[in-house]
Amino acid sequence: MKKQIAVMAVAALTLSLAACGKQAQQAPADTPATFEDVKGEGVMTHAEYLAAAVEDAVTVETYVQGKQSWWDNKATLYTQDQDGAYFIYDAACSEEDYAKLTPGTKIKVTGYKAEWNGEIEIIDGQIEIESGNYVAPALDATSLLGTDSLADHQNEFVSFTGLTVEDKGDGQAFYYNWDNSGTKGDDLYFDVSTGGKTYSFTVESYLTDQDSSVYKTVEGLKIGDTIDCKGFLYWYEGANPHITEVVVK
Amino acid sequence: MRISGLLRRCAAAALIALLLPVLAACHGSRQTASFAVPDEVQLDRPFEITFWAKNDTNKTQTEIYQRAIADFESNYPNIHVNLRLYTDYGKIYNDVITNIQTGTTPDVCITYPDHIATYMSGAGVVVPLTGLIEDPRWGLGGSEVRFDAPREGEIIPEYLEECRIGGELYALPYMRSSEACYVNRTMVEQLGFRLPEDMLTWDFIWEVADAAAATRDTDGVYRINNQRVLLPFLYKSTDNMMIQYLKQADAPYAGENGEVLLFGEETKGFLRTIAEHTGREAFSTFKISGYPANFLNAGQCLFAVDSTAGSTWMGSDAPLVDISPDRLVQFETAVYPVPQIDPGNPRMISQGPSICLFNKPDPEQVIASWLFMQYLLTNDVQIAYAGTEGYVPVTSKARADSRYLDYLARAGEDNREHYAVKIAATRLVLDHTADTFITPVFNGSASLRDASGFLVESTVKAVRRKQAVDDDWFTKLYGDTRSLYRLDSLTGVSDSVETPLPAVSAGLLITLALTWLFILLYLLLQKMRKT
Repeated sequence: MKKQIAVMAVAALTLSLAACGKQAQQAPADTPATFEDVKGEGVMTHAEYLAAAVEDAVTVETYVQGKQSWWDNKATLYTQDQDGAYFIYDAACSEEDYAKLTPGTKIKVTGYKAEWNGEIEIIDGQIEIESGNYVAPALDATSLLGTDSLADHQNEFVSFTGLTVEDKGDGQAFYYNWDNSGTKGDDLYFDVSTGGKTYSFTVESYLTDQDSSVYKTVEGLKIGDTIDCKGFLYWYEGANPHITEVVVK
Repeated sequence: MRISGLLRRCAAAALIALLLPVLAACHGSRQTASFAVPDEVQLDRPFEITFWAKNDTNKTQTEIYQRAIADFESNYPNIHVNLRLYTDYGKIYNDVITNIQTGTTPDVCITYPDHIATYMSGAGVVVPLTGLIEDPRWGLGGSEVRFDAPREGEIIPEYLEECRIGGELYALPYMRSSEACYVNRTMVEQLGFRLPEDMLTWDFIWEVADAAAATRDTDGVYRINNQRVLLPFLYKSTDNMMIQYLKQADAPYAGENGEVLLFGEETKGFLRTIAEHTGREAFSTFKISGYPANFLNAGQCLFAVDSTAGSTWMGSDAPLVDISPDRLVQFETAVYPVPQIDPGNPRMISQGPSICLFNKPDPEQVIASWLFMQYLLTNDVQIAYAGTEGYVPVTSKARADSRYLDYLARAGEDNREHYAVKIAATRLVLDHTADTFITPVFNGSASLRDASGFLVESTVKAVRRKQAVDDDWFTKLYGDTRSLYRLDSLTGVSDSVETPLPAVSAGLLITLALTWLFILLYLLLQKMRKT
């Protein structure tokens, strides 16, 4: 009996781990431009969310754009409505509900506003799936790189075009981990330049793992390549985009 | 950049809690015969061993592992070591557990004794080391060992004892560290306080932190740093915070056999103190606000408690920095042990990686792995790895090596290898070896540790969210925490380690079974006679 329980537990564990799977999440934008996003009773607008103080209770209705991870009945999600983005960190979410979330799914999140090393987010949240769908188009943020205005678009789905891949160090186009201390499967870091300035981008391995298209593309980058990128404008002591798509020109 | 953000709050803690039932279920599910050193050992055939190692997302540490493997293989060309790198103990733990089920554990693994106690739920999974250590041929510094390995007596006794579970050694220490309080001395003195000579007390830190928080003006700017952000006292590992406080207070935490004693009045008293100072905006935590080093280096924190193994990130001249250069503030960094209740009787946590061996059907494979494990304790590896962070070597042999003494003596010569803050943190661990302690190790001790941190985090969050932190709230917190970390179902080490039944018990059970058999036979015969 113990053996059977063990096998079942491992199977459940394996399924749980599989649920943390990391395929590119953001589908092409297909939401009509006339999309009307009516907020429910007691739900904040994005402006009200931004105005709330850290640790204030917040309730938002938003749309899943990317699923980063699920573990122990907690989900981490990149979400966005027409007015801005909401990063949902470790919200209570059953595995069954997590499976139902696809790019565009409308959810209601009740939690607390937090700021972690500059990243604005909702923590200790509860998720409720609602009816509605919206996939945000990628905002071209190329011209905002290096400006204070970039922070206004924190966590949004963005694109950067015409970037040049720079030497990350030692003649390498990318690193496994920030200092190349890692191995395949760890986060990828690569540097790109535009307008004479260099920026560091990340392929977050929880979001897009080593089997994902973006991971493999970045592993194949060469210094000097010209690329277009899409991803979520995550923040860690400054812009730290989590890149989900790279196209080599 | 240390992290990309999402690994940040270590899913590991949650993993540990979640996986415990899985481990409980695999209790004895896969058994390997316990290991004994064979009389005849032939190591002249090829061996392939796997080493799972953890680095602090530090390239130099990776390079040291790689060099150690190359040097070891030059001594034993027929033994090939495959390195698998991790940056998170929780991931190693998770993978080991999964691989115990399939019999594909690594041969050698960097780990924590807390985790080993759980691995030992599977009988014979982890190799007991006493027999190996004492073997005259293959033991520490034995006759067949081809390199200058330390003897057992040269391993720092306190650290060796930390690897003893249920009376047997199941690991060897690899590196040791503790926590340190990194202080912005400049700002403390600007507030009119004078730092003590050797030790900080909790009372002193709370007083200064409150004073710093009180400098906020009506415009929201703190006059002490002229910024809108100030977290005067920031603690990285709140589990350590609670555990060390309770030890210093001689208050209960866990019994030697795994009894959960955390939920007492002393714990509540400390949480009330934390709540009081959080209410004055004098305290926060890594999980709630972010890395202490980032706030310290930006002039937004006066007291940052983090591992000594994080010292290369601390201070204005730190070799590793995560914030942009324009945010770096110049200040003098002082390094102290963690705050104390009684400075005359300091107590601080001992932490840092240990190494364990996993059992294999081929005992010669285990011997080959054991040789590599010994190699990790040689002076070359110990001195090189300790120099990467505020770690200390675990052998007196390495500590007495002239290369190590030279390294320590050159503190402050540069801001890389001899970064003053890093070597100050290292000296702190060296000087206070006798003041360190560890918590009891049992199947579930990792969960109890996580629960300790959860109590602190929950208290801080509640205050920041303007919730009433009163007796009712604590009652609920204690109940929720017990439930979340499944602490009511914990069993002690005596239950967690599956060992063969003692001969007397086995004999008794056999006698009992035979007695029942004879009774049934007798009844059967009686019935047959009657018919």
